[in-house]
Amino acid sequence: MAVTDGPLVLGIETSCDETGVGIVRGHTLLADAVASSVEEHARFGGVVPEVASRAHLEAMVPTIERACETAGIKLYEVDAVAVTSGPGLAGALLVGVAAAKALALGLGKPLYGVNHLASHVAVDQLEHGPLPEPCVAMLVSGGHSSLLKVSDVTTGVEPLGATIDDAAGEAFDKVARLLGLPFPGGPHVDRAARSGSSVAIDFPRGLTSGRDLERHRFDFSFSGLKTAVARWVEARERSGEPVPVADVAASFQEAVCDVLTRKAVDAAVRHGIDDILIGGGVAANSRLRVLAEERAAAKGIRVRVPRPGLCTDNGAMVAALGSELVARGRRPSALDLPADSSLPVTTVVV
Amino acid sequence: MLLAFDTATPAVTVALFDGERVVAERTMVDAMRHGELLAPEIAAVLDEAGLVRQDLTALAVGVGPGPFTGLRVGLVTARTLASVLEIPVYGVCTLDVLAAAAVDDGTVAGPFHVATDARRKEVYWASYDAEGRRLDGPEVVKPATVATDGPVVGRGALLYPDAFPDARGPEHPSAAVLARVVADERAELLDPEPLYLRRPDIAEPHKPKRVS
Repeated sequence: MAVTDGPLVLGIETSCDETGVGIVRGHTLLADAVASSVEEHARFGGVVPEVASRAHLEAMVPTIERACETAGIKLYEVDAVAVTSGPGLAGALLVGVAAAKALALGLGKPLYGVNHLASHVAVDQLEHGPLPEPCVAMLVSGGHSSLLKVSDVTTGVEPLGATIDDAAGEAFDKVARLLGLPFPGGPHVDRAARSGSSVAIDFPRGLTSGRDLERHRFDFSFSGLKTAVARWVEARERSGEPVPVADVAASFQEAVCDVLTRKAVDAAVRHGIDDILIGGGVAANSRLRVLAEERAAAKGIRVRVPRPGLCTDNGAMVAALGSELVARGRRPSALDLPADSSLPVTTVVV
Repeated sequence: MLLAFDTATPAVTVALFDGERVVAERTMVDAMRHGELLAPEIAAVLDEAGLVRQDLTALAVGVGPGPFTGLRVGLVTARTLASVLEIPVYGVCTLDVLAAAAVDDGTVAGPFHVATDARRKEVYWASYDAEGRRLDGPEVVKPATVATDGPVVGRGALLYPDAFPDARGPEHPSAAVLARVVADERAELLDPEPLYLRRPDIAEPHKPKRVS
């Protein structure tokens, strides 16, 4: 059955190491092509910005073509072009923004420069239908850890809290390195944790005690946790004992998921909101999903998490937000749209 | 109708060439805003010439060498526009365009060099004969290692007067010249691949620092 309902929007995402091109019609996902340079970064233990930018340039046109082929559309049929204009790696963002402008110019169609974080929220409508608004969105990835109150994904995104040091995904990467697990750390720690005990080691929960809670009720801190894991592992090594990788992974993962879910549920209760939406690469973590649902259900709160492929960075999420912007009649961006590496979360469309 | 642009230097330069003459041209110099300036300039030259995007039949783009971030703006724009408009795109070494301009303007008479700013106290460098044909380069070098009393064209010469006392114009490339170079096939026509000339700065990771 041909989908004919809603605007046909192409979205481009290049804020980190994934070159993503997605195509949606209204709330229907037609294509989600992603080219990743993650393997080029793996041996460096993290994303190298210049390597990512070079890879975006090489992948851009082939990824656009692949997305069109998968969607079974011709480029000239596209009604609007959306692109991540920030936040993210400046040089990487710029490749996507310039490509999106060239598309908009070449097609004579409107351009929407959008916020990466709002896109992580909007993507869920491709899987679970219209967004619950208002909702509390928890976005957790290698670059971000934020709690947002979303009253309108196109105009009303308000930060409730964010990490004050490392992002959650960054903590996973760093702990993975300590344990000799490959980059990116998330999936490897998750896998190792399955055969370990989450209560074997009592790692600290950042910003959850009395005074911290007063000042940072909805903020996160994962730097102290990472250091605590390092100390624990070093003590083991010094005493000549083997490091129980599975137990360390499971106990570390539990500490992260405990804090994330506790604060997300607290935020929803505090603001009288019945829906929590989780996005970003860390949302693919199996323990985070289970714990979030358990704790939210106890308070009568619903949890929505897109499937893992839509949680990590991709073009479909940008197209999904673009589609909402078109549907809700928001004004497009100008051709002098900048790439803004520190775009504030409150700016949904630039 | 050929659309030409170059973003490999602080200049963002765009021109339209109808096969005989340049019908519109715009150049702005701002090393930090290539991404913001290029697309509006393209729209502006089309407007100015009273043309629409469907009138374009080919693209020309400067492929550097140049600072990476700005260089990529031109290349990804050229590749994407070429793909969506289904027209060919020709790449030209940016230093060749400066060389052609210097020959045409008569600022050089015999053999000469071109130098543009490679930052980090280095220049992008190439050697030319009196007709502007590239003999050697491009490469990235420290000015002192190629110091010469002979004529040197481009901003690199102005930045390092000790090494290059005989600086000649122009300072930046012009898309109008780029368009003519492509139309007349005066330089080697290349694929739209960036001439980075440098590898990314990467340090192999060391072991995690001990914390106790």
